[in-house]
Amino acid sequence: MNDPNDRPSQDTDKTAAVAAATDIAPRGRDEAKAADERTAPEDAHATDWERVAAMDEFKQLLAAKRRFILPATVFFIVYYFALPLLVGYAPELMKRPVWGPVNAAYLFALSQFFMAWFLAALYVRSAGRWDRLARRIIELAARLRGGR
Amino acid sequence: MSTPLLMFLGFIAVTLGITYWAAGRSSGASAFFAAGRRITGWQNGLAVAGDYMSAASFLGIAGIIAFQGYDGFMYSVGWLVAYLTVLLIVAEPLRNAGKYTMADVLAYRLHPRPVRAMASLSTLTVSTFYMIAQMVGAGSLVTLLLKDSGISFHTAVVGVGLLMIVYVVFGGMLATTWVQIVKAVLLMAGTLLLSILVIAHFGGSFGTFFDAVSRVTYHDAHGVEVTQNFLQPGLRFKPPYGALDLVSLGLALIFGTAGLPHILVRFYTVPDARTARVSVVWAMALIGSFYVMTTFLGFGAATIVGRDRIASNGGINMSAPLLAQALGGDIFFAFISAIAFATILAVVAGLTISASTSFAHDFWTNVIHHGSERHPGEEVRVARLTAFVVGAVAILIAIVLGPTANVAFLVGLAFAVAASANLPAILFSLFWKRFTTAGAVTGLATGLVSSIALILISPSVMGVDPAGAAGTMRHLIQSPPLFPLENPGIVSIPLGFLGACVGTWLSREPEAEMKFAELSVRANTGLGAEKAAGH
Repeated sequence: MNDPNDRPSQDTDKTAAVAAATDIAPRGRDEAKAADERTAPEDAHATDWERVAAMDEFKQLLAAKRRFILPATVFFIVYYFALPLLVGYAPELMKRPVWGPVNAAYLFALSQFFMAWFLAALYVRSAGRWDRLARRIIELAARLRGGR
Repeated sequence: MSTPLLMFLGFIAVTLGITYWAAGRSSGASAFFAAGRRITGWQNGLAVAGDYMSAASFLGIAGIIAFQGYDGFMYSVGWLVAYLTVLLIVAEPLRNAGKYTMADVLAYRLHPRPVRAMASLSTLTVSTFYMIAQMVGAGSLVTLLLKDSGISFHTAVVGVGLLMIVYVVFGGMLATTWVQIVKAVLLMAGTLLLSILVIAHFGGSFGTFFDAVSRVTYHDAHGVEVTQNFLQPGLRFKPPYGALDLVSLGLALIFGTAGLPHILVRFYTVPDARTARVSVVWAMALIGSFYVMTTFLGFGAATIVGRDRIASNGGINMSAPLLAQALGGDIFFAFISAIAFATILAVVAGLTISASTSFAHDFWTNVIHHGSERHPGEEVRVARLTAFVVGAVAILIAIVLGPTANVAFLVGLAFAVAASANLPAILFSLFWKRFTTAGAVTGLATGLVSSIALILISPSVMGVDPAGAAGTMRHLIQSPPLFPLENPGIVSIPLGFLGACVGTWLSREPEAEMKFAELSVRANTGLGAEKAAGH
């Protein structure tokens, strides 16, 4: 390996010539080694992604995320675009004073900030639960590797 | 020596100190590109805020609100709500599945070379355009703020350019991060102080404040005195296309932020996805408070300083500094000016490092050299060199364009490209199993080309100016605009998504579909994600 010409061609060996301590995961499908080329320690870390993806716990995680993220995204997009649409197409309604000279347009715009903060807080609360599920899946995946 | 200049020099000294400290800790790729992934949640939140709140936010929005009232506030709203897209959809999967750049996630399932080449082109386009806007802005701002010190536009541009090169080349991501943190703290402090002074000026009463805002008197372009209610919408976005332009702007802001490369790379600097989430929440708290306060700055400038005085003392971008002068005298003016300067420096440093990372990691290592370094440390060396080249090019272009060039549309362009090219590719590679290399490349290309083309024929670039119009207001192409909207988002974003869909439907890539399970597990659980560097 000391002779540069001696190196395997780049098509077969994608082991990074240089890696920082953090360069763990192979990136991209072309970088992965064929199974018969893996060294023992590499093989120990190989994860059967299909089996992890088929776990009930993983499906639960995806479903839980979807249950929150999808409606939340639809909600904030609708709530946000209501502002330019109302300001643009119903200006008389939005110019109506609500509190002294302060009108509906300003209050609605201000409410967007609180909407965003509120939704972010809700998300963080739910995400805490997903973290626990994700940790469980990582443990199960480790056991899956150990059992082979 | 003038007080503003002293404060500028003070900030420069502090940031160079940070760079010197960071330089000793920036060897190795993950240290240089991602600060060793050891930035904490609140630190990264401050850095995201510092990376995001550019001079366009601080000086630009305060100015637009001071001149056109409520409509300027529409930008502020979009700039915060956009972070919901980042928080809910992009930040955590990106941190889990990527390494240094946005393209890592795109290339995960697809053929890395074409995808990385396109993503890198899009990143470089966004960063360079955004940077030129910042540099020209910095040049004219510094000349204006330091007009008593005899510093010319050229000196200012070269100075800003050299500083950003020094931060990035020597200090890497760690120095950039801390420059952004210092700037964010200064900016928040200055804005808060200014807002308190504005309300204090009205006897601490919001009622009196809003009463004044509802009756702002100034002279219009024809010298006629008019009184307007600045709380009413419609002063900027006027019929017939105003409403549509507002929606189009909203689309570009909401979907563009989650595709801005210099924001996305920030999520690789934290240890894990949970910390990335925490940092978005910190950023939202800071960015949101800042944008709420822009109304006090803008309305305060409109009522306390007045449009007429701002117009004759440096123009719309000087609204916030002039407000500071009116409320707190010359020292406060110097302080706010120094903050504006810090703002620009932190943003250009962030842009430079994201452009260099993308070129070195995506283009040099992965496209040209098939994913491996030929010599140890090559990627970081290439990135340092790129930072130098990017800085030099930005300096050169800013000098050629000169202080009066109308380049504000370049910021809009950056958001439009990010929303139309980058976001469809990111979303589809994360959530659409069937997505293919051809889809990613066509999506990126359609989004990129359509945003640039539409901006070139929009009223931001095309228009007929009356003889003797001021230089900063002059259109680059003197002919009636072919596309009626200032912001292309409403057309180019659907085009970007459509391009990605059509490219996918016309091709098949079973290998990419097979890798979907792996990407999905990684993105959702963090299994196998890049770890923080040890001590």
